[in-house]
Amino acid sequence: MRETLGEKIFRVIVLAGLSVFVLLPLYVMVATSLKPLGDVQAGFTWFPSRITFEPFVEMWSTVPLARYFMNSLVVTSVATLFSVVVAIFAAYAVSRWRFHGRNAFMTTVLSTQMFPGVLFLLPLYLIFVNIDATFGVPLVGTRIGLIITYLTFSLPFSIWMLAGYFDGIPKELDQAGKVDGAGNLTILLRIVLPAARPGIVAVAIYAFMTAWGEVLFASVLTTEETRTLAVGLRQYATQTNVYWNQILAASIAVSIPVVVGFLMMQKNFVAGLTAGAVK
Amino acid sequence: MTVTAPRGTEARPASAEQPAPRRRHRTWFPYLILLPAVILELLIHIVPMVTGFWMSFVELTKFFIRRWTEAPFVGLENYRIAVDFDTPIGQELLSSFLVTVAFTVLVVGLSWGLGMAAAVALQRPFRGRGVFRTLFLIPYALPLYAAVITWNFMLQRDTGVINHILVDQLGLLDEAPFWLIGDNAFISVVVVAIWRMWPFAFLMFMAGLQSIPGELYEASAMDGASPLRQWRAVTLPMLAPVNQTMLLVMFLWVFNDFNTPYILFGTAQPPAGDLISFHIYNASFLSWDFGVGSAMSVLLLLFLLLVSLVYLYATQWRKGRSHA
Amino acid sequence: MRRRTLLATAPLAAAAAAGLAACGSGSGGGSGDKPASLTYWASNQGTSIENDKEVLTPVLEKFTEETGIEVSLEVIGWADLQTRIQTAITSGQGPDVLNIGNTWGVSLQATGGLMELGDAEFEALGGRDRYVEAALATGGAEGTDPASIPLYGLAYGMYYNVKMFEDAGIEPPTTWEEMVEAAKALTDPDKGVYGMSLAAGSYTENNHFAFINATQNGAKLNDADGKPTFTEDGVVDGILRYLDLMQEHKVVNPSNAQFDNGTKSVTSFANGEAAMIINQNNANATIESQGMTPDQFKAIPFPAPADAVDDCASHLAGINLAIMADTKNPDASLEFLKFMTSPETQAELGKPFASLPVLVDGEPTFTEDTEQADMFMEVYADRAAPLPLVPWEDQFESTVGQAMNAMFATIATGGKVTREDVLTAMQTAQDSIRV
Repeated sequence: MRETLGEKIFRVIVLAGLSVFVLLPLYVMVATSLKPLGDVQAGFTWFPSRITFEPFVEMWSTVPLARYFMNSLVVTSVATLFSVVVAIFAAYAVSRWRFHGRNAFMTTVLSTQMFPGVLFLLPLYLIFVNIDATFGVPLVGTRIGLIITYLTFSLPFSIWMLAGYFDGIPKELDQAGKVDGAGNLTILLRIVLPAARPGIVAVAIYAFMTAWGEVLFASVLTTEETRTLAVGLRQYATQTNVYWNQILAASIAVSIPVVVGFLMMQKNFVAGLTAGAVK
Repeated sequence: MTVTAPRGTEARPASAEQPAPRRRHRTWFPYLILLPAVILELLIHIVPMVTGFWMSFVELTKFFIRRWTEAPFVGLENYRIAVDFDTPIGQELLSSFLVTVAFTVLVVGLSWGLGMAAAVALQRPFRGRGVFRTLFLIPYALPLYAAVITWNFMLQRDTGVINHILVDQLGLLDEAPFWLIGDNAFISVVVVAIWRMWPFAFLMFMAGLQSIPGELYEASAMDGASPLRQWRAVTLPMLAPVNQTMLLVMFLWVFNDFNTPYILFGTAQPPAGDLISFHIYNASFLSWDFGVGSAMSVLLLLFLLLVSLVYLYATQWRKGRSHA
Repeated sequence: MRRRTLLATAPLAAAAAAGLAACGSGSGGGSGDKPASLTYWASNQGTSIENDKEVLTPVLEKFTEETGIEVSLEVIGWADLQTRIQTAITSGQGPDVLNIGNTWGVSLQATGGLMELGDAEFEALGGRDRYVEAALATGGAEGTDPASIPLYGLAYGMYYNVKMFEDAGIEPPTTWEEMVEAAKALTDPDKGVYGMSLAAGSYTENNHFAFINATQNGAKLNDADGKPTFTEDGVVDGILRYLDLMQEHKVVNPSNAQFDNGTKSVTSFANGEAAMIINQNNANATIESQGMTPDQFKAIPFPAPADAVDDCASHLAGINLAIMADTKNPDASLEFLKFMTSPETQAELGKPFASLPVLVDGEPTFTEDTEQADMFMEVYADRAAPLPLVPWEDQFESTVGQAMNAMFATIATGGKVTREDVLTAMQTAQDSIRV
């Protein structure tokens, strides 16, 4: 099926427009990170007066960036992994069974998205403190506490979306599997999951980004040792100076792995993955 | 009916409401695999929310915070304070609410539009498609603080690139306007929010589009449908399940957005950009008045719940879907 | 169906809530069971959090040498400090000792989360008279035992660009009116130079000036019963006077309405875009790091009008040191407080943190310039007053400060703010205060 001229024009306009919209701030980020601080505080120039990599060097010492980066990486990856797993199971249950309490579960889960985060903060902190006091499991100031919090934060949306994707996978596939004698778990792993791969990837990305960028809870649930990037970046605005160029340099540096990861994920969006599923 | 069935129990006796008799022996299976999600939700979301509810009925201020179990019960007093439109507190809450509604409609609408446009534009494979995909996801991939602070930097009146382009280079305006204070602040916060949100819509649509079989388009093309027609007749309906959830969730997130105004405006929050989540924080938590803050939050919750229920009912009724 | 599930989950939630209530606050301090070890939360006073750690660590090591008490340090940025303190006080789990902004002194005292320091405690510290009286007053409401002691002193001064003044042949101003004249003479919008730069978008800075100008007019922000009195003539006139710098006299760049913290106006000054700024005495480091040399700028007291009732030049700014009420190591904590406010430590930390000594006979080390040192010491000792010592002080800061932000924004975007507008704004702010 060949592309019409209209489609071509549409494509060019959309891609060009959005590219400019996206690239402008990115360019500012890169250019500013290569400027000396004096440049940054003066009027805007497209090019640095002199290109300097100092911000990229200094940023590691103004703030313990490497440690924050590792913390973020660990917390986010683990939270994403478990979030996706838990969400897959929950979504499978919701999609394939009409069980008692199903509606209640979905509505309650959705309602969690309506509460402003600020309100959760104090009660959650108290719960963690009490679990520590009662069971001796340290949750405040540890990575575990943050992991559990983050994985739960992304659950509601992940479950909703995955259930939606699963719904789009015809139940006939399940039946076919059952006829072959497969149990529920096998159907999930062998039939449903492969077919829902794009959805799973999308949800994993969402879970990752939610954890990666969360600031409010991290500011309270971490200590110097376990602090994540999102909170750490704010510390470039110190008592004496706002080190713009370092903030942006650090942002670029820590975004690169994420962007590279995205690039690698491209393969999973290949069309035709599900085309042959019903055979 | 609880979900506390321990692992490895015998199959439950089927109650009259259970579906398909074939599954009678495995009726505990969905509960079992649902369990981890339920436990986590209870711990992290539900119990804190219930506590938040309770907080709205007591006078929880800095005087009681240490012995918060002894905070005096004040019934609906906190709510009354929040909605008393004769007082500054109530008025500001209302104005913040209206600003947030306008903000949310614009941001969700435009993000949806841009995300859809980009996903459709990138639907067909072509050389360099991966590059665009990655590029468009970058705003979403950036740490929120970095993205918003960059925009703050760009929107400065004297040293920002936006005014540099508009005034110095393109000469569209005579005098450099303020973008971070005054009425323009609303436009700024909308644009920044869209910049971060549209890649998310794009991501979700992209995933959804991949599972639309190409044959449907071919069939439609053979019927002589224009690309626009195809989009309406094939793409939109196939994306309906994804769309339905996404719109609702985007609405909720954008409405509750705290970080964007907080980082964009710092402590110089303009009334034109006073979004409700930050407003509640500012009006209450900052001064340790958790009781009133919680009451405001509960009111917000009720509003969003109402909107969501109406939305779900309307979409369910229209599409006949039984997905909750 | 939904009701049944909610009913089922209710007992679970109730049990959890009961569990919360049972093990509520009072579940111990944060330093564990080791006998001689303290946890200390320090605020960011220097150029960065890492830098602060480098500065404090040797000092803390000396403490350990002298007393055998280990100190575990965490430096917390200002963006997070208040929230961390809130959660610590609420949960009862936190540090043993911590820095607080001294304007939070009375608010935090009201929570009961900080240990009150009575006669016995002050004896352990070496006596109340060691400390500058006004600084000590910030630790608690009038007539009560303070819940914190002053640690670092700070005061406003007016920094001016020596060369600009010399070139224009102007003497440094000693009254408000002279200051306005000087600023007008030095303002040249076409060249992008203004007489003054203000952090007009920072509610924390703005409320300080509301206070200072009101005090110069002899007006107080609260009455004897502790109720807010923002609508007093002296207060309204004081605020209008400050706003008029941008509105009437036009000696402040309207863009300053975007400056949401003091560092930004300091940067303006260091870049030669403003001839005068009003900043705390720790601005030297920032100014010099932006390229100015010490001989290019000088500091003088922030002037009052010629007919002012009070020559208040600054609010009593600074950082206090407090002990958490839930600490398990009260004696060790008191020793720590004594150490940190000993003359040696004060002199040592005064330099990197550019702070004024809080001891009556303290030796200023924040600058080599003796003239500047004397000036700031005089302001701190004689011409500075503490912000309202009431529990709702934090509400005052945010309501009045943000009202001023909005008024500056109106002026910057071309609107007009009249005395009635200021009065209305102050009435609104006052009505918002929940005492």
